[in-house]
Amino acid sequence: MAEFETPAALVAATEQARLHGYRQMDAYSPMPVEELSEALGLRRTRLPRLVLAGGVLGGLAGYGLEYWSQVITYPLNIGGRPFHSWPHFIPVTFETTVLGAALAAFVGMWALNRLPQPYHPVFNVPAFARASVDRFFLCIEATDPKFDRHATWKFLESLHPAGVSEVVA
Amino acid sequence: MAFEHELPGLSTPGRVTPDVIAPGHTFESVTERISAIILTKRTPIGWFVGFGIAFVFLLLFNVTVGHLLLTGIGIWGNNIPVGWAFDIINFVWWIGIGHAGTLISAILLLFRQQWRTSINRFAEAMTLFAVACAAMFPLLHTGRPWLAAYWLLPYPNTMNLWPQFRSPLIWDVFAVTTYFTVSLLFWFTGLVPDMATLRDRAQSRAARVAFGVLSLGWRGSARHWQRYETAYLLLAGISTPLVLSVHSVVSFDFAVSVLPGWHTTIFPPYFVAGAIYSGFAMVMTLAVPLRKFYGLEDFITMRHIHNMTKVMLVTGMIVAYGYANEAFFAWYSANPYESFMMYNRMAGPYAVFYWALIGINALMIQLFWFRRVRENVALLFVLSLFVNVGMWLERFIIIVTSLHRDFLPSSWDMYAPTRWDFAMFTGTIGLFLSLFFLFIRFLPAIAIFEMRTIVPEARLQTGEHG
Repeated sequence: MAEFETPAALVAATEQARLHGYRQMDAYSPMPVEELSEALGLRRTRLPRLVLAGGVLGGLAGYGLEYWSQVITYPLNIGGRPFHSWPHFIPVTFETTVLGAALAAFVGMWALNRLPQPYHPVFNVPAFARASVDRFFLCIEATDPKFDRHATWKFLESLHPAGVSEVVA
Repeated sequence: MAFEHELPGLSTPGRVTPDVIAPGHTFESVTERISAIILTKRTPIGWFVGFGIAFVFLLLFNVTVGHLLLTGIGIWGNNIPVGWAFDIINFVWWIGIGHAGTLISAILLLFRQQWRTSINRFAEAMTLFAVACAAMFPLLHTGRPWLAAYWLLPYPNTMNLWPQFRSPLIWDVFAVTTYFTVSLLFWFTGLVPDMATLRDRAQSRAARVAFGVLSLGWRGSARHWQRYETAYLLLAGISTPLVLSVHSVVSFDFAVSVLPGWHTTIFPPYFVAGAIYSGFAMVMTLAVPLRKFYGLEDFITMRHIHNMTKVMLVTGMIVAYGYANEAFFAWYSANPYESFMMYNRMAGPYAVFYWALIGINALMIQLFWFRRVRENVALLFVLSLFVNVGMWLERFIIIVTSLHRDFLPSSWDMYAPTRWDFAMFTGTIGLFLSLFFLFIRFLPAIAIFEMRTIVPEARLQTGEHG
């Protein structure tokens, strides 16, 4: 794992690592750096589709609940309106749509990120404490087919990092 | 961004629009400044004084609620024909205040307004606390809130009763609970990376464990950030129509009825504008002392103060336009009840409050046109308090004047709040401020990770590989 002082250095290093054929790696930064997704070759996340599904489900559930309770199980004559007076059902349907989409965005994001996670090996590196403040890290994982303890260490040093360290699982 | 600072000679001093962050800040310095407020061992004396005062009013709230539950809602001044009074006035007032938080965190994010960054976190907290205060009123107005479960929420109870979905009051329940839930999710999502920062910087074991749990093991991985940013943007996109819907639904409580002064189509947009207007006034009321006492002038700069004032000016003018429209349609409708309602507002027993609200919301805000006013922080603080009062008076006038002169003159009556009405209202202010004081002591009042994105270091061109 190599440590860098600026986001630009991390992005450049990540691009280099990818050009050298490393694939199983991750970058860590104290704030979002959009360019990293491209440098790491990340695919677009499935999250938007999940949120759409959540919204549609929420809307159907809301309208379904209204229809079932007002038309089937507990029909009441309110000012002579039809039992299925759909315009009255729109505000609640809208709110449940929003609720479903928001819950899907929240739960989906944390689930896809596999968080909360109480333990992760990167925290074993003392320098990593600054990953949440002002330092940027590139970590090449041992599962990468090109990974070789010695060669990878040498490669990371060639990127002019502020420091290189080994992550012990 | 730093152009004005490099070439100060080119612009007249004092006329430069200040930056969203003072020059010279780095990743380390913004982190240090914001987290020091929370991680310090010495709590400022001023905090204890402020929290103490707020807590006294919170206790007053507890006493009032106790008395209310033991005695009943007869301790309040509302009675037929004014069946709704402080409980709905204060509900609408608090909900409206909350709207600025969502506007700042969601709508300004979608419009890529960088100045939202240093004020969004505490504005979102303000939203949550304001909505919590708002919810107290309708809930306690039911008199027996423990029964409200089957009056308000659809669940399969043994009596086979269901809420009436044709009622705007049920729409309100759904709108407000959804609003609270989504605001909470949005706020918590924003807090997680900052919790990780606090976890890594905390000295005491208790703080490390607490922030460690709350940070969910966040490690700043690029894969995580990618999904995080997507989720954050989606939540912002979802919250935008939501916030507009909430105050629209609140206005339906009135507009769907057939009372003069309430049954108008202008209500939804006019309520939403009023909500944002009063909410920004509350953000100002909170931001001015916050930046002063915690020395956050570098982060909440004059740029923020200027922009907030301008938003208040615009939304205040929309509200004033709403007042003009109400008066115009009262006349143009040629409906005697409508025109009497307007005449009664302007010359009836509550006319002094009507003219006070016109004086504040239509006339006083014209002061915001002047740069001299926008630069006078102490004056803006006082004016923002006036705006809060003005918007409270607006709800008082809308609700009380339409109700106290019923269709039949035999039912006419006057409404006056009792001391318990005031105790309950000031009590929720105590609840709001107590929560806010706890928030600024224990959680980062400014989003640290978002501040990192606006310091000059964050720009990729300045890097060594540029």
